[in-house]
Amino acid sequence: MINLTIGEKVWQSVVYVILIFLSLLCLLPFLYVIAVSVTPESEVLRRGIVIIPESFTFLAYKEVFISHGIWQAYKITLFRTIVGTVLNVLFTVLAAYPLSKKYLPGRSPFLLFIVFTMMFSGGLIPTYLLIRSLGLLNSPWVLIIPNLISAFNLVIIKGFFEQLPGEIEESARVDGASELQSLWRIILPLSLPVISTISLFYAVGHWNSYFDAIVYINDSNLMPLQVVLRNILLNVATQSAESLANSGAVSTFAVQMATVVVTTIPILIVYPFLQKHFTKGVLLGSVKG
Amino acid sequence: MQVKLAADAIPLSKKRKSWIRTIQKYKVMYALLLPALIYFAVFKYIPMAGILIAFKNYNLALGVWDSPWVGFKNFTDFMNGVYFWDIMKNTIVISLYKLLFGFSAPILLALLLNEVHTQWFKKIVQTITYLPHFLSWVIVYGLMVALLAPGDGLFNMILKESGFQPISFLTEPAWGRLLVIASEIWKDIGWGAILYLAALAGIDPSLYEAARMDGASKWRQLWHITLPGIRGVIILMLILKLSHILDAGFDQIFMFANTFNQEKIDIIDTWVYREGLERLKIGLATAVGLFKAVIGFGLVLAANKLAKKFDGQIW
Repeated sequence: MINLTIGEKVWQSVVYVILIFLSLLCLLPFLYVIAVSVTPESEVLRRGIVIIPESFTFLAYKEVFISHGIWQAYKITLFRTIVGTVLNVLFTVLAAYPLSKKYLPGRSPFLLFIVFTMMFSGGLIPTYLLIRSLGLLNSPWVLIIPNLISAFNLVIIKGFFEQLPGEIEESARVDGASELQSLWRIILPLSLPVISTISLFYAVGHWNSYFDAIVYINDSNLMPLQVVLRNILLNVATQSAESLANSGAVSTFAVQMATVVVTTIPILIVYPFLQKHFTKGVLLGSVKG
Repeated sequence: MQVKLAADAIPLSKKRKSWIRTIQKYKVMYALLLPALIYFAVFKYIPMAGILIAFKNYNLALGVWDSPWVGFKNFTDFMNGVYFWDIMKNTIVISLYKLLFGFSAPILLALLLNEVHTQWFKKIVQTITYLPHFLSWVIVYGLMVALLAPGDGLFNMILKESGFQPISFLTEPAWGRLLVIASEIWKDIGWGAILYLAALAGIDPSLYEAARMDGASKWRQLWHITLPGIRGVIILMLILKLSHILDAGFDQIFMFANTFNQEKIDIIDTWVYREGLERLKIGLATAVGLFKAVIGFGLVLAANKLAKKFDGQIW
C-alpha cells in the first residue's frame, strides 16, 4: 500500500495481534474439547491438563454411540432438518409470491395479519395448550408444523420478489404461462440466492433448536440430538445401564466432550460451503421488506 | 402491474365488481396464500385467544371456557409475588448488559477488520469469528463445561495446578451473569460485525484520502469519517435491540440456569416455563407471558416510530 509511518505500522501490528487473539479465542475451545474427548483417562490422571494428547482412545465415542442413543437422535434431527426445511421453504415461497403482487386485492390486510404475529404472540402456555389439544404432543411433527412459516423470512422473500423486474413475468404471461408456471419457471430461478439463504436459516434453526422438543416430547426415542447432548451435559439420567463410564474405563467428562464433538461436527462440515450465503443473508435481513 | 392494467381495460370497467368476482379472478393467488393464512390463524392467533386464560383460574379438567373467571387476580398476584422484582430485575439487567457490551463488541470487531488490508487474513478472521453463531446454545454450554467445569474444566485445572481453589463458575450465582453475557458476545461477535462491515465498505475512500492529505491522524479519521459513516446503522440496530429489552435470550438462559445460579439469571421467560409447565400454575404463567407480550409490543411500536426518524422504518 501507500508508505506507512511508524505510528501506522505499530497500529497495524496491534490490530493484527488483537484479531489473531480473537480468532484463537473462537477456535481454542473446540480444540480443547476434541483433545479431551480422545485422551485416555489414565493420561489425564497422570498429566493433568491435556492440550495435546500423547495417546488416543475412542472409548468415549463408543460410549456415546452405544449407550446414549445418539444414532436415534441423529435420525430425528435429520428428519426434522430435512423435511422441516423443505416444508418451510415451500410454504414460505408459496405465500410470499401472491403477497409480492401489489395489485392483489386484500394484500395489505393479509400482510398485516402476518406481520402482526412478529410483534405480538400468545406466549408459551397458550401455545402449549393448543399443541396439546391438537394431539401433536409426542409426535415428531410437533417439531415441524408449529414452525412452518417464519413471518420474518416471508417478508424477506416477498421483498426480494418485489424487486425482480416485472417485465419478464409479464412476457411469460403474454405467452400463456399460468401464475404457477411463471412462479416455477421464472421467479424461482431468479430467486435462488435468497431462497438458498432462507433455506440455510431454516435448516440451522432446525438443527439447533432444542426447547420445543423439551416442552412437547416425552418419548426418549423422539429426542433430537441437542436434547440428548443437553441431558448428557447436565448429567440427567440417560439410557446408560451398561455404561462404560460406570466401569471407570472412560470419564463422564470425556463422554460429555465426545458428545459435543459429535453434535458439532455436522455443522463444521457444512459450514465452509455455506458461509458465503450467510453473509448475504444478514444483509438481506437488514434490508427492510 | 401491467397484468392488472390490461385486465382493467377489458369491459370489466363497470364499477361494481363483486368481491366474488375478484376472488375468481385471482383464485390461484388466493389459493397459494391460503395455507399460510390458515397456519398463522391456527398457530399464532388461536394462542392469542388463549390469553383469556390469564384472566381465569385455569383448571386442566375444566378447560379454557369452563374455568372460572378471576379478573386481574393473576396479574396482581404476579406483581405482589416475591419473585416479581427478582425476575424483572434479572431480565432487564441482563438485557442492558448485553446491549452495552454485546452491542459494541461487533462494532469494535468491524472497525478492527476494516483496518486490515490483507484480504486473505481478513477472510480467515471473519470465517473463524462467524462460526460460533451457527452453534446451538447447548453446544456453547458444552464448550463452557469444557473450560469451566469444577473438576475437569480447563480453567479449574489451571487454578488447581497453580495452587488455587477451584471455582464452580457454572453454578456460582456471582458468575452467572458474566457467563451469560460473555458467552453471548463470544457466540455473536463475528456475526454482528457483518452488517457494520458492509456499512464501512460503503464509505467513500476519497474521504480518507482527503483527510490524510490534511494530515488527520488515525483517531481523527475514525472520529470524523468512519463513525459518522456508520452512525445510521448503529442507531437503527440500537433502536431495534431496545425493543427486545424483555427478551434476555430464552434458549441461552434456559441452558445456563440451574437451581444454584437461578437467583441471578432467571428471566421472565424461564420463570413462565417453570411455573406454567412444571408447576402447572397455568393462569398465573399465562398472565406473566401476556404482561411481557404487551410491554414488548409497545416497545416494538415505539422502536419503529423512532427508527422512522433515522434510517427508514423497520417494516
